[in-house]
Amino acid sequence: MTSSPVARSKAEWFSAYSKMLLARMCEEKIREEYFKDEMKTPVHLGIGGEAIACGVHASIARVRGAQAVKSNTKYFGTYRNHSIFLATSDDTDTFFGEMYGKVTGCGKGKAGSMHMASPEHGLVATSAVVGTTIPLAVGSALGDAVMGRDGLSIVFFGDGAMEEGAFYESVNFAALEKLPVLFVCEDNDLAIHNFRHNRLGWKSTKDMVEGFRCLYDEGDGTDLKEVMEKTDRMIAEMKKQNMPGFLSFNYYRFLEHVGPLEDFKFGYRAKADQAEAKFDPIAKAEAFLKTQGVTDAEIEAEKKKHRARIDESVKRAQDAPFPPPNELYADVWAEDTPVRYM
Amino acid sequence: MAKQVMQFRDALAMAQADAMREDPSVFVFGLDVPDHKSIFGSTKGLLNEFGSRRVFGTPLSEDAMTGAALGAAITGLRPIHVHIRVDFLLLGMNQIANMVSAIRYMSGGQLKAPMVIRAVIGRGWGQGPQHSKTLHSFFAHIPGLKVVMPSTTQDAYSLLRASIKDDNPVIFIEHRWLYDVEGEVDTSIEGRLGESVVRRQGRDLTIVSTSWMTVEALKAAEVLARHGIEAEVVDVRSIFPLDKETILNSVQKTGRLIVADYDWVNCGFSSEVAATVSHALFGRLQHPVERLGFEFVPCPTTRPLENLYYPSAVQIIRTAERMLSMQAIDLTRDNFYSYENKFKGPF
Repeated sequence: MTSSPVARSKAEWFSAYSKMLLARMCEEKIREEYFKDEMKTPVHLGIGGEAIACGVHASIARVRGAQAVKSNTKYFGTYRNHSIFLATSDDTDTFFGEMYGKVTGCGKGKAGSMHMASPEHGLVATSAVVGTTIPLAVGSALGDAVMGRDGLSIVFFGDGAMEEGAFYESVNFAALEKLPVLFVCEDNDLAIHNFRHNRLGWKSTKDMVEGFRCLYDEGDGTDLKEVMEKTDRMIAEMKKQNMPGFLSFNYYRFLEHVGPLEDFKFGYRAKADQAEAKFDPIAKAEAFLKTQGVTDAEIEAEKKKHRARIDESVKRAQDAPFPPPNELYADVWAEDTPVRYM
Repeated sequence: MAKQVMQFRDALAMAQADAMREDPSVFVFGLDVPDHKSIFGSTKGLLNEFGSRRVFGTPLSEDAMTGAALGAAITGLRPIHVHIRVDFLLLGMNQIANMVSAIRYMSGGQLKAPMVIRAVIGRGWGQGPQHSKTLHSFFAHIPGLKVVMPSTTQDAYSLLRASIKDDNPVIFIEHRWLYDVEGEVDTSIEGRLGESVVRRQGRDLTIVSTSWMTVEALKAAEVLARHGIEAEVVDVRSIFPLDKETILNSVQKTGRLIVADYDWVNCGFSSEVAATVSHALFGRLQHPVERLGFEFVPCPTTRPLENLYYPSAVQIIRTAERMLSMQAIDLTRDNFYSYENKFKGPF
């Protein structure tokens, strides 16, 4: 990559960190509340991976403009989508509304944690079937090409998605048509409980992706600065070379595949691997911010601000009504009058 | 230039061209779409007029291309994704069943997916088990998809126009044999999804037919009429939404129903129609509902077995005779449709 990263002020770094912190604190809140059994939705928590979605988003928002829809920047994600939902929407009310299945949720309770979306803020769709949003991002970029409009489509997916046929079909087509789509692999080495060495028959993701006419870079997904700077370079390079891009970021999944708990007691992996702060993107970002002149007091103030906001949003969600019965039939069809079966 | 006589294939091409002229967000893509054969002529002329940005072929990647159509649709375009066989469309079934059909609901109504998936049913000349499927019940089984099966040249035009304009995903299934049918197309007729049509009036018996079976049903009705039986033929056209009213009105009048479906009977669309009619008109039925469809085997390749596999006008006539306690009609002097006269291989 010959392109350079964007120069950032202390405030800009802090703002990206603040998004990560919000995602972390929202998910910690879910962990606190989950066993009250009021959130009846399977949660795939992204604790440990926040720097990837928040870093990519912060980089792209800086380069293309913070208003995703206005700048025609479209994000797609997976069921582990809380970070990208909060990074794009910055909306804790619709976030918790959806967790509680309330009509105030982003999907009016029909989506749940696995299908969070906020098209008005650029997060077009997320999905609970592995790999299914990869071609959607390619189609979004294809639409831009058909219409001759400037756009960028970004899709996040886990390393398991690289085993799906749709992944190869999508990368192939994007490379063939030189589509403006950025593939971002959030690589935690695990597909549910299965490590990559049990799953992958290829030697190197880099070699595999570079076998296509697609730009590639990889890095430490727990390092906010690295994620942002690699994204800066990648999107500049994609524009310059008129090619799709691929970023692979490693991270450590702190919790079980689905649910709010740790899962070390099952013995398939050891907690020792994660105990150190070297895997925690929040701790690492805070250490970096301090080198930029951010103080402990500023960090504490941000945490306090987020905590108050989250508590307020949870309360609003708890108090909000469930969708009324007629919502069962609404939103299947585009017509105002739903097409009823009987 | 409202009325013109043309073939079904030309009506399809004209519908797409007219839609593309009207709306720059419409584009057509899929395997073989822009080549010299242009999907049996149904995409003919589109590349020339609209260029390769809006009319293009794809890699053999039905799954991702279905997802790409959806990605374009939910971000403001109106894709038409074409499959030269329904059988190939099945490679995109994950997207159709998990994403296309549900994306609006999952988004709480924030997204809409205006896209058309065109797919051709093959038949004859040894199409065999993997080039001959219909499977409209697969698609209609899933909430969120509209399913259309035209049987006339006019409907090829106006229902395809309506499908492209519709803000929902539409599966548009075209029988290969219908491509050769000539008919008048009035471009000023606005098609409406969800409406069946009575193709022939009758008082004694209702035949509800899909796709090619409408041709067979009309032939059967013509023969039956010569023997004093007036069969009413309802061409379903829209598998979902299903126009129950037109079907029920007809059976209310006749008291007898044959569902002549162009698919397997087992767990199929014909079951849906039979259940609907039996439920609504239980006391009116003079005879149990009869269902015709493919024999419940994979489609054989060799001609003699293939002839046994498909339902036909003859079967409709024989079924009607049974229902009406008639003597068997002598059919030796009737001319039934044979694709030998129209259709030569290899496709």
